[in-house]
Amino acid sequence: MGVTMGPLILTPAAGKDRSEKLRTTHPAGVAAKLQVVDLNFYYGKVQALQAINLDIAANRITALIGPSGCGKSTFLRSLNRMYEMVRHARAEGQILLDSQNALDMEVSQLRRRVGMVFQKSNPFPKSIFDNVAYGLRVNGWKGQGTLQEAVERSLVRAALWDEVKDKLHKSAYALSGGQQQRLCIARALAVDPEVLLLDEPCSALDPLATAKIEELLFDLKKQCTIVIVTHNMQQAARVADFTGFFLMGRLIEFNKTGIIFKTPAKKKTEDYITGRFG
Amino acid sequence: MASTAVVVEGAPRPGRARAFLLRLRSGDEVAHLITLVFASAIFLITVLLVFELYRNSALAREKFGWKFLVTRTWDPVFEDFGALPFIFGTVVTSAVGLLIAVPLGVGAAIFLAEMAPARISDALAFLIELLAAVPSVIYGLLAIFTLVPLLRTVVQPFLKKTLGFLPLFQGPNYGVGLLAAGIILAIMIVPFIVSISREVLMAVPVEQREAALALGATRWESIWKVVVPYARAGILGSIFLAMARALGETMAVTMVIGNDPKITSSLFAPGYSIAAVIANEFTEATSDLYIHALIELGLVLFILTIILNGLARLLILATQRKGTAHP
Amino acid sequence: MNYRTVWRKSVNVVMFSLTGLCTLLTVCILFFILGYLVWHGGRAINWDFFTKLPKPVGETGGGMANAIVGSAKLLLLATLTGVPIGFMGGVYLAEFGGKTFSFVVRYTTDLLNGVPSIVMGIFAYTMVVLPMKHFSTLAGGLALGVMMIPIAVRSTEEFLRTVPQSLREGALALGASKWKAIATVVIPAAFRGILTGIVLDLARVAGETAPLLFTAFNNRFWSPGWNQPTASLPVMIFTYAIAPYEDWHRQAWAAGLVLLGLVLLTNITARVVLARKLSSAAG
Repeated sequence: MGVTMGPLILTPAAGKDRSEKLRTTHPAGVAAKLQVVDLNFYYGKVQALQAINLDIAANRITALIGPSGCGKSTFLRSLNRMYEMVRHARAEGQILLDSQNALDMEVSQLRRRVGMVFQKSNPFPKSIFDNVAYGLRVNGWKGQGTLQEAVERSLVRAALWDEVKDKLHKSAYALSGGQQQRLCIARALAVDPEVLLLDEPCSALDPLATAKIEELLFDLKKQCTIVIVTHNMQQAARVADFTGFFLMGRLIEFNKTGIIFKTPAKKKTEDYITGRFG
Repeated sequence: MASTAVVVEGAPRPGRARAFLLRLRSGDEVAHLITLVFASAIFLITVLLVFELYRNSALAREKFGWKFLVTRTWDPVFEDFGALPFIFGTVVTSAVGLLIAVPLGVGAAIFLAEMAPARISDALAFLIELLAAVPSVIYGLLAIFTLVPLLRTVVQPFLKKTLGFLPLFQGPNYGVGLLAAGIILAIMIVPFIVSISREVLMAVPVEQREAALALGATRWESIWKVVVPYARAGILGSIFLAMARALGETMAVTMVIGNDPKITSSLFAPGYSIAAVIANEFTEATSDLYIHALIELGLVLFILTIILNGLARLLILATQRKGTAHP
Repeated sequence: MNYRTVWRKSVNVVMFSLTGLCTLLTVCILFFILGYLVWHGGRAINWDFFTKLPKPVGETGGGMANAIVGSAKLLLLATLTGVPIGFMGGVYLAEFGGKTFSFVVRYTTDLLNGVPSIVMGIFAYTMVVLPMKHFSTLAGGLALGVMMIPIAVRSTEEFLRTVPQSLREGALALGASKWKAIATVVIPAAFRGILTGIVLDLARVAGETAPLLFTAFNNRFWSPGWNQPTASLPVMIFTYAIAPYEDWHRQAWAAGLVLLGLVLLTNITARVVLARKLSSAAG
């Protein structure tokens, strides 16, 4: 846990061999936690992602926006290799997590370091406690303190502890929609991931619950790198430090959120932001 | 769900056996293998069953050949065995059973699916499904002490008086016989026809009914002329399934069929079915040929039920496809 | 209102009544069976029935204690052999199956399901009784066990499939391997449904007589161990019902009541549990 320093991105000339097609750069000086190099993704014969090059900054919130079907969810899911559940899905290229290629790593290990929260909350039909403890139990808990302490820590980080501390052994399904999603966040945080991926986490929630989760993300980014896919541009503008705009399987533009929303470089980005399509 | 499909660039490919052992280290592959083994066991058991039936009827098949299926004699003493009386008994009792059960079952299914309010329909359907859970031997027990005396004292004399000009209803009246077996079979297969037909009817899209009613049809007309024909294949499928069950029914039939391997024209006469003769005579069989003949009968029964079950499944599949083919 | 309309309306009413009558008739059969059994069986049941062994032919009295124990042993063996195979097979089909082999397994499971029970008895006879050269509880239990397999497979597969994919994803995203996700999340989620299906399967097999006729055969005494023929409730009902002794008929009713009571009770409980599970899962 904690901040791990990835390789600094300097200029295109330094370091690795990268394709010159579309270079997205982080403002110099910001460490990259994840570096995606020439990622191409296929469902069978259909190519869903084309030559994605992207650096995810450590301890920042990076938002991915774009119209339905643009590939942002596919991209997110390739970061923790969730696509492996699907037949004939394959990824080519490199996804470097602190200079280790995620595509070559042992997948369980990868997923411990890169956690995910899904669009519709999916708590297990178990108690609240067992939900949060699941990741710890399944990966062989060897950390500090007891399981109870670890569960409490996660629930505190997810801003859910006060609401559930008296009913840890009740079924997770007894919670409201917003609470269930925070439970899923707590569950994901329990294994201390370095990166947290969120796939439209608030799309099924009311504004109040959404606000709670956005507040949560601000706190979490101090210890975690966050990537969030959202179809809600206002949400991206509110929470994200950096934003990437996807369209038809390509990354069109990637920069600081302020720049993307106020002075986008590409016309397609501008069209999307101003609501001309999507 | 597929197994992992990651393309690892540039990794060396170990030899097949080594690769297999390497993969076995992963818990996933072990789990896959274990479940595969059990699934294969099911396949192997079935294959073994067919094989054993075939192998252990060899003596009879060699001696009688295809004539076995059309020979009328069943003589354990002189070891001359033929399947015809039993095929006859099985077919006749099943036919009688279906003749009674199909109108009764389809009628009840129509009532439950189309006419009864939902709560009542569910409750009654639940009760009817419980009937399917009653063991065969209990039906037989009841049949011996209620149905048979009823037939002997009331029903069969009545039929003889009114329809006695038909050879079907002539001859001595024992109570036990083909009619008794047919009736108890009907009672046993009705629940299957009702529950499957009801589900099939309920799956007919509402638009079909509405279209008919909008054209001025009465409730019954919309059901009989539109809904039932739409569900025709599924209902037929349920009938085939019921037929397959009827063929294989052993205990209740054994207890009331009369155990006489003869072919007659009267429903009042005692008869014999394939399952019944196996049940009664298997442990009494004195020679290998005798046993093999009985096992060959079992093989015949098995093949008949496979064919019927197969047809039934195709028909039910056809209705499902039809349901999804329409927008 | 012309003649044609009147005719059509009357047909409507008549058919409503006729089909309703069919339904009533069918349901009445159930109540008749229950009523008759409760009446005759209830009068015949006494403490002796559950505790004594059968008396020799011609003597009155005695009971079916050995048949009750025999049925219990047979069902235990059936569960131990049929359920693991069926369950694992179902897990394979739902979670691991490749396209062609899954089709083969499903097809043979359906085939096995359609095998008449007497033929299953023949199978167990050729596989166990012939080599052992005598009847045994083992043979009977195995016959019943094989009969349990198809429904165990179908139950397991169907209920595993009802577990939403999102739960599997959630478990995998936390670093669980596929088999761990199945064992710790998917199977527990489907557990109640699978258990109910298996219990219903057991209830069905408990009433089977034909497969036992020449495998477990029958026994007037206790049958210790697994190697000897054993009495069982269904076989006793059959034997006693077709015999000419009044007292045996009386005991057959008692046995019928006990057997049907257990079977129906199990069925009703299982289905109620299932209905409750389905409605709570939807919520």
